Amino acid sequence: MAAAFSRERIDVSTFAVGFLMLVVLILSFSGVANAADHAFRAHAFIFLLASAIGLAGLLGWHELSERQPRFDKTFYEESIVKAGIAATMFWGIAGFLVGLIIALQLTFPTLFYFPELGWTNFGRLRPLHTSAVIFAFGGNALIATSFYVVQRTCRTRLAGGMWPWFVFWGYQLFIVIAATGYLMGVTQSKEYAEPEWYADIWLTIVWVTYLAVFVATILRRKEPHIYVANWFYLAFIVTIALLHVVNSLSIPINLAGSRSVSVFSGVQSALIQWWYGHNAVGFFLTAGFLAIMYYFIPKRIERPVWSYRLSIVHFWSLIFIYIWAGPHHLHYTALPQWAQTLGMTFSIMLWMPSWGGMINGLMTLSGAWDKLRTDPVVRMLVVSVAFYGMATFEGPVMSVREVNALSHYTDWGIGHVHSGALGWVGFVTFGALYCMTQWVWKRDRLYSNALVEWHFWIATIGIVLYITSMWVSGIMEGLMWRAYNEFGFLEYSFIETVSAKHISYIIRALGGGLYLTGALIMVYNLVRTARGDVPAGERRRSGATPAIQPAE
Amino acid sequence: MATRQSKLFNKHKLFERHTFVLLLGILVVVAIGGLIEIVPLFYLKNTIEKVEGMRPYTPLELAGQNIYIREGCNTCHSQMIRPLRDEVERYGHYSLAAESMYDHPFQWGSKRTGPDLARVGGKYSDDWHRDHLINPRALVPESIMPPYAFLAGRTLDLSTIQDQMRTLQFEGVPYTTPMIDAALDNTMAQAGGDYDVEALRKSYDGIAGRDGTVPVRNFDGMDGAPTELDALIAYLQMLGTLVDFKTYEAGDLSNRR
Repeated sequence: MAAAFSRERIDVSTFAVGFLMLVVLILSFSGVANAADHAFRAHAFIFLLASAIGLAGLLGWHELSERQPRFDKTFYEESIVKAGIAATMFWGIAGFLVGLIIALQLTFPTLFYFPELGWTNFGRLRPLHTSAVIFAFGGNALIATSFYVVQRTCRTRLAGGMWPWFVFWGYQLFIVIAATGYLMGVTQSKEYAEPEWYADIWLTIVWVTYLAVFVATILRRKEPHIYVANWFYLAFIVTIALLHVVNSLSIPINLAGSRSVSVFSGVQSALIQWWYGHNAVGFFLTAGFLAIMYYFIPKRIERPVWSYRLSIVHFWSLIFIYIWAGPHHLHYTALPQWAQTLGMTFSIMLWMPSWGGMINGLMTLSGAWDKLRTDPVVRMLVVSVAFYGMATFEGPVMSVREVNALSHYTDWGIGHVHSGALGWVGFVTFGALYCMTQWVWKRDRLYSNALVEWHFWIATIGIVLYITSMWVSGIMEGLMWRAYNEFGFLEYSFIETVSAKHISYIIRALGGGLYLTGALIMVYNLVRTARGDVPAGERRRSGATPAIQPAE
Repeated sequence: MATRQSKLFNKHKLFERHTFVLLLGILVVVAIGGLIEIVPLFYLKNTIEKVEGMRPYTPLELAGQNIYIREGCNTCHSQMIRPLRDEVERYGHYSLAAESMYDHPFQWGSKRTGPDLARVGGKYSDDWHRDHLINPRALVPESIMPPYAFLAGRTLDLSTIQDQMRTLQFEGVPYTTPMIDAALDNTMAQAGGDYDVEALRKSYDGIAGRDGTVPVRNFDGMDGAPTELDALIAYLQMLGTLVDFKTYEAGDLSNRR
């Protein structure tokens, strides 16, 4: 045994991660023993289990693995990208499914609510849906693609040895804690920042490690310049760390309990929350996914980025302006008007850098527009950029106070975020998944391009149904709320505006169902691609002599 | 012109070649907007209006707010009435910043799948709330709200309410140590139990500066220990009722923001 632990065999990063796991193990053991409430005990138990499995896994890997040298710098770390692709698919399906369920709850409340199962109510499933799609699906897509892209654009292996794996599994643990927390009613009630204090601390540790791994990899690069995608990834990682830490500042009421009390209250907490909330959109769902766009579109069509200068200008202006936009979520509220006006002004200005990114993405296709027809993956990526352009035009419009007076609190907002989430974030992620699966598993092609076509069209129709139904219901309810009859009284009771939306809700659920169906087709296609399968109909052809290349 | 431009863009090399310069540049650029918008809210005195009648939540109401948060009521109900004609007519006086100053964090919400609740207090009877929470469609057939029947069967857990009040006190909510010590008695008293109601009223009406801010009764109408339904209804019934609008002058210069 002593020989097994001999000095040259010990990997420092593995040892360090193991030590951290040990600390978590001890703390969570104490948490299980002293828990002040059931939810905290359950969560301490999950932490205990995870750290025990993690420790066993590390020990097993370290002692049994035959791979020498470990973390060989002459190879890219690709297994973590494979794990990231699998996690992205898994959480994507989970998140879309929960979304469909809550859409059905609002459509057919008598069928989809269960009076004795309080944890299945809309209020608990809604944060489960939003966190699953934004942080679990989107977050895993960002971690997987950033690990893939940073290695290739820096031409070096991912830094940190075992630490990237700590980031990956630590992030999954955060998701499990957050998700089970919502079902048990553990929430701080701040949108997209619901998890309680211990989950927040855990995420901070994981996220700072992520930043360190990413920066260390860039420092190790064999290219003189840092590629544009990595600027966006870096801005995304560091700004999310800042936003998360400030917005999550809260004091646990009991060190062995699941409840904490936010340091901020009332109007200040509102502005800090929407400073966080809108920049979760700006940096998580925009900057991060623009990084994906800046790598995968040029790579897939084998063309350079259209304009280097535009990328510089729109990068700095985007991150500068985005951070101001939060107060547009608080128009006509008790937030002082000067702050609302600042938020609106910068939101309108934001239109330009947003479209700068869109133009740079779309124009990269110059001279290769035919790929839109021949490669459905390219079409998916390009349509995602088009949806990005649409959502980032709609956003500034909705941030105008007078428009917001109508749109705020209505389904229009839900439609708006879904044109961004389904159209932009979803499609650019699907495009990247199709590319990466083919590339990291070293396949000549995807299992089936026809299935990509099916995915593309089913999902696109789903998005169109979703967005249009929400426009209709949102604008309709906004107008109904403010409608007056000929005698000067309010025309409609609130419940009349609810029942008027029923048809829209059916169409929305249908759109969500189609989107989920498309994603399931993708999962099937990607699994077959990873396994190296070839469609039955094409096996014969692939064995035949290659087609004659036309002379040019 | 072209050469001057390319010289300018050449300077960007500094960021592209030095990881920490890029990192620092990003941090500086993203810090500015947040600092300018957020920091003044903590020192500008007119951010929160001066009003009469505000007081911290009683322990029963606080427990009710905990249930409101636990069940995610804020995902469908706002607590922020905007100063628009239809909203003021539908829901009541527009919301003031002062009214949420003891909410850690705010419960303004962002979506009205159901109606605004900022001033729901006193609008419906306790019986209505009880029946509606147990089965919304029994009273409002077209409602799409989830049923909360299970709240009626759960005894209110008060084991951590004093910890929570102590933390809130530390964060600046004007609870006094005697109020925290009396939290359990106060809860029983407010829920209609045979406890010292006068002590409860004295503490909370005292901070509010007027009588009658603490409704005392058996909110869920059921015998036995206070349930989660008691707490939630107590919370709903006090929402938006504290500020004395007879003494609030909206047009006053100090209230114009």
